[in-house]
Amino acid sequence: MTQTINVTLKIWRQNGPKEKGRFETFNAENISTDMSFLEMLDVVNEQLTRNGKIPIAFDHDCREGICGTCGAVINGRPHGPEKATTLCQLHMRKFKNGDTIAIEPFRAMAFRVIRDLVIDRSPLDEIIQAGGYISANTGGAPDANAIPIPQQTAETAMDAAACIGCGACVASCPNASAMLFTGAKISQLALLPQGRPEAAERAISMVRRMDRLGFGNCSNERECEAECPKEISITHIARMNREFLKASFFSSVK
Amino acid sequence: MQLDAKIPVGPLAEKWDNHRFNLKLVNPANKRKYTIIVVGTGLAGGSAAATLAELGYNVKAFCYQDSPRRAHSIAAQGGINAAKNYPNDGDSIRRLFYDTVKGGDFRAREANVYRLAQISNNIIDQCVAQGIPFARDYGGLLANRSFGGAQVSRTFYARGQTGQQLLIGAYSALMRQVAEGKVNLLPRREMLDLVLVDGQARGIVARNLVSGEIESHAADAVVLATGGYGNAFFLSTNAMGSNVTAAFRAYKKGAFFANPCFTQIHPTCIPVHGSYQSKLTLMSESLRNDGRVWVPKKPGDSRSPEDIPESERDYFLEQKYPSFGNLVPRDVASRNAKEQCDMGKGVGDTKIAVYLDFTDAIKRDGRGIIEKKYGNLFEMYDKITADNPYETPMMIYPAVHYTMGGLWVDYDLMSTIPGLFVLGEANFSDHGANRLGASALMQGLADGYFIIPYTIGGYLNEMNSGPVTASHPEFQTAVTAVSDATNQLLSVNGKRTVDDFHKQLGKILWDYCGMSRNNQGLEKARKMIRDLRNEFRENVLIPGSDSEINQSLERAGRVADFLEFGELMVIDALARQESCGGHFNEAYQTEENEALRDDDNYCHVAAWEFTDADKEPLFHKEPLEFENVHLTQRSYK
Repeated sequence: MTQTINVTLKIWRQNGPKEKGRFETFNAENISTDMSFLEMLDVVNEQLTRNGKIPIAFDHDCREGICGTCGAVINGRPHGPEKATTLCQLHMRKFKNGDTIAIEPFRAMAFRVIRDLVIDRSPLDEIIQAGGYISANTGGAPDANAIPIPQQTAETAMDAAACIGCGACVASCPNASAMLFTGAKISQLALLPQGRPEAAERAISMVRRMDRLGFGNCSNERECEAECPKEISITHIARMNREFLKASFFSSVK
Repeated sequence: MQLDAKIPVGPLAEKWDNHRFNLKLVNPANKRKYTIIVVGTGLAGGSAAATLAELGYNVKAFCYQDSPRRAHSIAAQGGINAAKNYPNDGDSIRRLFYDTVKGGDFRAREANVYRLAQISNNIIDQCVAQGIPFARDYGGLLANRSFGGAQVSRTFYARGQTGQQLLIGAYSALMRQVAEGKVNLLPRREMLDLVLVDGQARGIVARNLVSGEIESHAADAVVLATGGYGNAFFLSTNAMGSNVTAAFRAYKKGAFFANPCFTQIHPTCIPVHGSYQSKLTLMSESLRNDGRVWVPKKPGDSRSPEDIPESERDYFLEQKYPSFGNLVPRDVASRNAKEQCDMGKGVGDTKIAVYLDFTDAIKRDGRGIIEKKYGNLFEMYDKITADNPYETPMMIYPAVHYTMGGLWVDYDLMSTIPGLFVLGEANFSDHGANRLGASALMQGLADGYFIIPYTIGGYLNEMNSGPVTASHPEFQTAVTAVSDATNQLLSVNGKRTVDDFHKQLGKILWDYCGMSRNNQGLEKARKMIRDLRNEFRENVLIPGSDSEINQSLERAGRVADFLEFGELMVIDALARQESCGGHFNEAYQTEENEALRDDDNYCHVAAWEFTDADKEPLFHKEPLEFENVHLTQRSYK
């Protein structure tokens, strides 16, 4: 049933990467429980604007849980309390009248805060640049059915490929590791026959880049898996480790 | 000006082949001397930027998002068509071509659509080579499913996330070229003007959305792949940031805008629930494969769906269209849903919704099979509405989804401005007055991977002008104009927020230029939009400054363009005194309430030329000639 609730928001405000940040308190009143979390922030921003204040900056785009643009830490959890849900798909019916909600940006050494809840996630693009692709120039591909792929293999690759690159795994990890993100890509491409020719080089190059960008290591906390809005399994980290070790010991890639 | 589509001569099936042979090639050593700007990094822009870089061109790729992987192509759920005929069910290039032309209600250009159907097969090959995990059968071969508007299974898919997988494929190829140093990636940039030197597109002016700086970028050609204008309606299935700005500013610089009134209203979306609503969510059309659409027979029936016996349900699509049933094209399905709700037979709290019921499919196939096909969609529905579609029928209602209109392009995908190419949803060429499901992904990738890489070479060979740098005075003029416009917006300091204006504009367009239109309403809408635009200029309130991240300012620029562009949509709708596809003028319908075309007078593309701010645009016409298909009244009965 649709209801309206009042909540108190404690939102992280920060003017720029080098500025000092602080929490500010806002009251969000008469919030319909059918609203999404971001629609609730829209309502707050409209009020701030009308009152001559600067609205809260936050990234968002598709608002249907697939582009990976949105994300904030809600009461200590990336994307909020709901399992397998991005912030845009979190609805206010998950909160109670009178709740206090703390809202912070995804924090990690590798993610710079640009403003308020907006962060710089370009290091994730850089990890992909280190080898998160199959080097197949356009044109000249064989017929799509030339290489059959067992259904189960394709499904497991798809499980990994579902990653939306939001960075919640990094934000949830005590080491700010990007291993779930990196592992998902390495795993997807390692599973498919098309990805095998470059598997060794890819694993080594992407893992090294991840380290160099300031992401931490994995210490099996499993927070990433718990918070991932696409429920990507840490078995993909295991497959990445296997690919990395195999490449380090047995391949000619240095 | 006579519009010349430059359609190659010769038989339909040989046009593209002949044309590729006739296009002059750019020597590999010379390719590296050219710089190409690509604006937008969705399926069309991402694939174009990657492929052009693979060929050796220097590419500058721009997007407003923080990463190219976020472009809204990512949200396409259902699939991508190709004429592979793997299921052996009678498909062919010619059939895909025919279905697309017919689905578009005979308002698309034959030669372009045939080329699209030809290329469709290469796309699937390329995507598989990139490691896209398409759905497969037990034997390991690719699986297909059927989709609205077709009677064959030709749709390839990756669960309900086909757009995401294809986009990540193009993005990966793009990232590889960034690593190779062939692509200079410029995210969080918004194109605010196109720069012409001696009548040719030679660069853009863009705002750095983090620093606020207005930057100049010069090139030898500019490619726009900036998507559609569905957000003119405020509520749509587009991403919040999707906008018409790049295309509209190119229009103001002389690129003609074609068929702006052709918008697609998608039948299966989650209904509107409140005024705070920021966007509408699409439920993939593939759901219509197994879901049955119905409303109660009796108007005003407010019983819950399980209490309405079979005999009192109206499965209106199956009744009316026995051969296509629930799989009729999008425009037909949408209009019928509206018709039922207008008769008072709508369901849910707002009575502006119809049921999409899976009970029979679950009984027939078992829950497991349905879950496998649509699990993520059902979950998404449950998340948004707190209703479980396994147990109670979904409620759906049409929403603005895709725009068939766009910048006019010739066969080479070049606009009326030499050197300005337009790809994907941003151009107008392939879908006519209505796009079939699973065709947008096909077109975006066809344009980006397989067409522009050839045709741009032909242009560069003939452009015949020397290098231009960003210090050219035309860039300075454009930067000044953009800065002045920004300062103007900020200085208004009125009372109403940007979103407030945007919502009002959206309501006007939805009411008068939406699923069903009439001349009186359109005239009224035109005046309302003008008034609203004037009020915006005097009363908009934008906090903050231009030298920082300012999301209100970003939106204000886009809404300012929508307020001008919305009028162009209405003007185009008024000029087209017929009904076709997504453009349904109530005065022109068959006895069975289907869109009634007027092929004698309106079998053309309407291309509009900008004259001056707030002045009437000039009308140009590209006649459509159909040599290979016979124009018929579309019938899906």
